[in-house]
Amino acid sequence: MSTTIQAPATAAEEFEKRRHSPAERVHHILHSHPSISPALVLLAAAIVFTIVNDRFIRPSNLSLIMQQVAVVGTLAIGQTLIILTAGIDLSVGAVMVLCSLVIAKSAAERGVPAPLALILGLVVGILAGLLNGLLVTRVKLPPFIVTLGTLNVFLALGLLYSNGNSVQGSEMPGLLTWTGKTIKLGSFQITTGVILVLLIAAVVAFALGQTSWGRHVYAVGDDSEAARLAGISVQRVLLSVYVVAGLIFAITAWIQIGRAFSATPNAGADANLDSITAVVIGGTSLFGGRGTIVGTLLGALTVGVFRNGLALAGVDVLYQTLVVGILVIAAVSLDQWIRKVRS
Amino acid sequence: MTQATDTHQEPTSRGNAPAREPVMEARGLIKTFGRVVGLDGVDLQLYPGEVLGIIGDNGAGKSTLIKALTGAVIPDQGQMFLEGMEVSFKRPQDAREAGIETVYQTLAVAPALDIASNLFLGREKRRAGPLGSWLRMLDVAGMRKEAGEQMAELGISTIQNMQQAVETLSGGQRQAVAVARAAAFGSKVVVLDEPTAALGVKESGLVLALIKQLKERGLPVILISHNMPHVFEVADRIHIQRLGRCATVITPESHSMSEAVAIMTGAVPADSPGHQRDGRDGPGSPGVPPGHEGQG
Repeated sequence: MSTTIQAPATAAEEFEKRRHSPAERVHHILHSHPSISPALVLLAAAIVFTIVNDRFIRPSNLSLIMQQVAVVGTLAIGQTLIILTAGIDLSVGAVMVLCSLVIAKSAAERGVPAPLALILGLVVGILAGLLNGLLVTRVKLPPFIVTLGTLNVFLALGLLYSNGNSVQGSEMPGLLTWTGKTIKLGSFQITTGVILVLLIAAVVAFALGQTSWGRHVYAVGDDSEAARLAGISVQRVLLSVYVVAGLIFAITAWIQIGRAFSATPNAGADANLDSITAVVIGGTSLFGGRGTIVGTLLGALTVGVFRNGLALAGVDVLYQTLVVGILVIAAVSLDQWIRKVRS
Repeated sequence: MTQATDTHQEPTSRGNAPAREPVMEARGLIKTFGRVVGLDGVDLQLYPGEVLGIIGDNGAGKSTLIKALTGAVIPDQGQMFLEGMEVSFKRPQDAREAGIETVYQTLAVAPALDIASNLFLGREKRRAGPLGSWLRMLDVAGMRKEAGEQMAELGISTIQNMQQAVETLSGGQRQAVAVARAAAFGSKVVVLDEPTAALGVKESGLVLALIKQLKERGLPVILISHNMPHVFEVADRIHIQRLGRCATVITPESHSMSEAVAIMTGAVPADSPGHQRDGRDGPGSPGVPPGHEGQG
């Protein structure tokens, strides 16, 4: 029944010694910089595809990839926020489609002024996020189930509101399709939508990395009990995340209208899984608390680069899908390995 | 219950010793959960600069007592005083705002966040000027610097890198981060709820050394633990909780561990309320030896 006190240094010193094997070092670097692995994958893919077909690296092709991933990339930013809290959102595409139909229909057919139509779309997105958030925080349902339900609800609402009809870009005021406008940057052709994506990414990355709110989002996803004990209102943080994500999905609706030059009820059919794919390949942990916006953008680009590069290499579309699937599994396996050293 | 009323008079009757005014005091706390009595009129005094151990068998009301003191449970009856002022906590946040910080046995830190972020979790510092007030930008460098100072002050100098994720630390180091957080913000009282329960021997040593550091800094500490050697190692006085009330208050000098266990389990009928008055003698003074009990 006797214990002697060890010098407080002992455990810490032992820890310092322990960290030096090469595998541990790699692990440590990946651990502290989660966006390194997606960056490396993207870089390697770009090099390989350029060797296979040098058209890949041309500015026109790179511009095309950026335009192609703009919509999924923006959805993935919102999805990242939710996955950081250890949640998941299956309704992202449905929210986007509903918002795009509200914006396009109200402006093109109901005579609502374009700026007001956009604001109306943003309000619908916020309300959709609020509904998801309230069901998660107040009714305490798992996010998967909540958003599986609202996915169908929002899709149905979109179809009911539009009678299943699309709205063509030519019927809309110019402001709504402004996001599809191309801007020349040297030999690159960037759309205003792409710039909007980068802007949203910058704002969200700032909020996550530089504000208390961001710290709280990470803490809630990491260990919600520890966050609660530290005095963080977990429910409020979760609710805010779903609302902000809803707003981002609504802005994506605007980008989608510009990109497709139309608003169609079936535009976002695979958007939920595509956005989750981008987030996961971008190094964000599905278990919450770990991930970055930069990683997510890299993840979205990686998917775009693989699809584009394989197409240029003359590989069948089915193999593109196969490769993306393998990438997802590899990314999650890597995440498991990175998380493993938690003692 | 009658003895609880007795002790109400104690602090005021000792007007000649102002230094021994308790920092924190509970009088006659009662809490029932349906038909289960959690607290049955508990009195507790915590004096400035002391480590008060709280021991007791399972179900003796240790956790309920500590939850009541830290706002996690609202007592049905009784009063609580902090520096002589009556307080009542409705939420843990109330207790925290009053200057009472709690460290839990569950290593309540966010593993993926770095040390500095954990130290300031829920109380982040913003930058000065418009960056802070308009953009709500965090003073990351300032928080890291302060975290480093806080850790160094507590003698945890081997953790140099405040940007290290907490999950890369050992259990003891994680708990050290939690203790450092409590010490940084607990202006009046630090409550440690089984801080060594999840730790090995070496790791516990780190935490016990930290408790001594807190005491040296003059911060009063309440330590709840199952581990007798740990309590006897660092506590000035030991509050023995039994069957929902305070059986007695002893000191490591006045009683041996086995005597404490005997009181705790009821093997020795030392739970005469008169014993509670030992607390009056304040930290460091020997308690009343067993067999000296009686209503006085």
